[in-house]
Amino acid sequence: MEQTAAARMRPATASQQTGPRAETSQPRSSAAPAQVVFDVKDLSVSYGSHVALGGVDMQIHKGEITALIGPSGCGKSTYLRCFNRMNDLIPSARVQGSMTYHGEDLYARGVDPVVVRQRIGMVFQKPNPFPKSIYDNIAFGPKVNGMKVDLDEVVETSLRRAALWDEVRSKLSASAYGLSGGQQQRLCIARAIAVNPDVILMDEPCSSLDPIATARIEDLMRELQESYTIVIVTHNMQQAARVSDRTAFFTTEVGGETDDLRSGRLVEYDYTENIFKNPGDSRTEDYVTGRFG
Amino acid sequence: MAAHAGGESLLRTVRPRRGEQAIVLTLKACGAISILTTVGIVAMLFAEAAPFFRQIDPRTFFLGTTWQPFGSDPNNFGVLPLINGTMLVTLVAMVVAVPLGLGAAMYLSDYASQRVRAVLKPTLEVLAGIPTIVLGLFALTFVTPVLRAVFGTDVQIFNAASAGIVMGIMIIPTIASVAEDSMTAVPSGLRESAYGLGSTRRQVVLKVVFPAALSGIVAAVLLGFGRAIGETMIVAIAAGNLPTITANPFSQIQTMTAYIVQAVGGETPRGTLSYQSIFAVGALLFLLTFTLNVAAQRFVRRFREVY
Repeated sequence: MEQTAAARMRPATASQQTGPRAETSQPRSSAAPAQVVFDVKDLSVSYGSHVALGGVDMQIHKGEITALIGPSGCGKSTYLRCFNRMNDLIPSARVQGSMTYHGEDLYARGVDPVVVRQRIGMVFQKPNPFPKSIYDNIAFGPKVNGMKVDLDEVVETSLRRAALWDEVRSKLSASAYGLSGGQQQRLCIARAIAVNPDVILMDEPCSSLDPIATARIEDLMRELQESYTIVIVTHNMQQAARVSDRTAFFTTEVGGETDDLRSGRLVEYDYTENIFKNPGDSRTEDYVTGRFG
Repeated sequence: MAAHAGGESLLRTVRPRRGEQAIVLTLKACGAISILTTVGIVAMLFAEAAPFFRQIDPRTFFLGTTWQPFGSDPNNFGVLPLINGTMLVTLVAMVVAVPLGLGAAMYLSDYASQRVRAVLKPTLEVLAGIPTIVLGLFALTFVTPVLRAVFGTDVQIFNAASAGIVMGIMIIPTIASVAEDSMTAVPSGLRESAYGLGSTRRQVVLKVVFPAALSGIVAAVLLGFGRAIGETMIVAIAAGNLPTITANPFSQIQTMTAYIVQAVGGETPRGTLSYQSIFAVGALLFLLTFTLNVAAQRFVRRFREVY
């Protein structure tokens, strides 16, 4: 399984962007080619008759942080929610194309989205702890998944990994709502870690946080990267530049005849350094230099 | 005064708008009338109940186990049999209404598709519009015979179970509707994060939505409880008029409300102890439902504060 994935390794660029810049230099010295976690081919998502996102090809690599950037409405959050089949919860949403996870079709008939979400965790834009104690927030995932683990231990390690343990160790039974926004978001990260996932998806995790809390989360992401593959949607280009290994730039296109319906497109996908210093598409350049979006 | 850059001076431009004042006064009067009426009713209830307690020791009233208000023995004004009757019927009603009402609420908030919900919710609310006299007849002429067919003739013609079951059906919409509101009000972010951790829908509903909406759910149950205690027509028709202390739902009982109906409907001379007892029971009933409603409102407010 892993070998086939490795054999399919292509240059990191998106398929649209062939031509002169296809052979990119690899700025971050990666000794061996990273293993492909997600292989996405011609993926599109529609809500009813509206195509929210069309024709995405992309490979997400193990142990890397992949950032998805682009203007509002470009479908990047919609795309992120494909990875753990969160879009299944929206009755009108339809996903087409193919998305494999370690070589297995994520959308095959026999795949239970509940199991998918146990392996592919998610952290949301707004910190959304449960109205329970700090301890119970972390213990929730292992409990619902029926994990046979020492809950006290899981709670402690998860909170430690999320760099929150020292702040909350003395008040584990206090309500999670008593924490600050930044602490709540780290609690949500700890909660996601507690089920021992393989991938963590983050949907603008810092958008409601102040710069100090944001910096802590970014540091945390760098640490977590050693154990998890991370995909992050962000509005903040500096954040993408700071934390990610690869960056995908999405934009909106006015779709066909009904020009009210805008549809998201992947413009360019490359090593983050290339996207920011040497983008292959003028739209990417306009966006990252702040001329548009 | 010289016109300045903004045109004419703004001073003295306030003029009374007569039509508007009239409307405000009318609306104030409407509000005042409803408040005064309520206050008046409560005052009358307690004023009429006061003479009763001058003749009957409150201990006899609250602790006595015999209720024979049409005799002359002051020892026979113990309200416990009526409270027992009310509680027995209410208990049966809650046993029916709480599981069905909360089940309906969970279904509507987290399982039903948009289309199903659009049909079911109004239908459920229609149930609340059925006149209680119709429900009472339904209890007496349908539910009681069914109970007798199933459990035999131990089931009396007038019994607490039949009235309680139908009363339970009556309060399902109250419980379902208030509980559903509070469950729908649980932020979708909580649901999403629970799904994101690999929860099944059942786990999301039972372990996240239900606890988060708990105060609203408690309020729903308390409101249903209050309605059941105050319900009159169903019990007057189907539960009987025999004040008894019993735990057997198949026996005839009398509730507080049914007693009031009986006493008012009969020829109880004004000024007698029996007549005054109506108000004593009425005041007690008011206090019970009032307490429940206040408690329910407290809970509703609490669940609003959480998010």
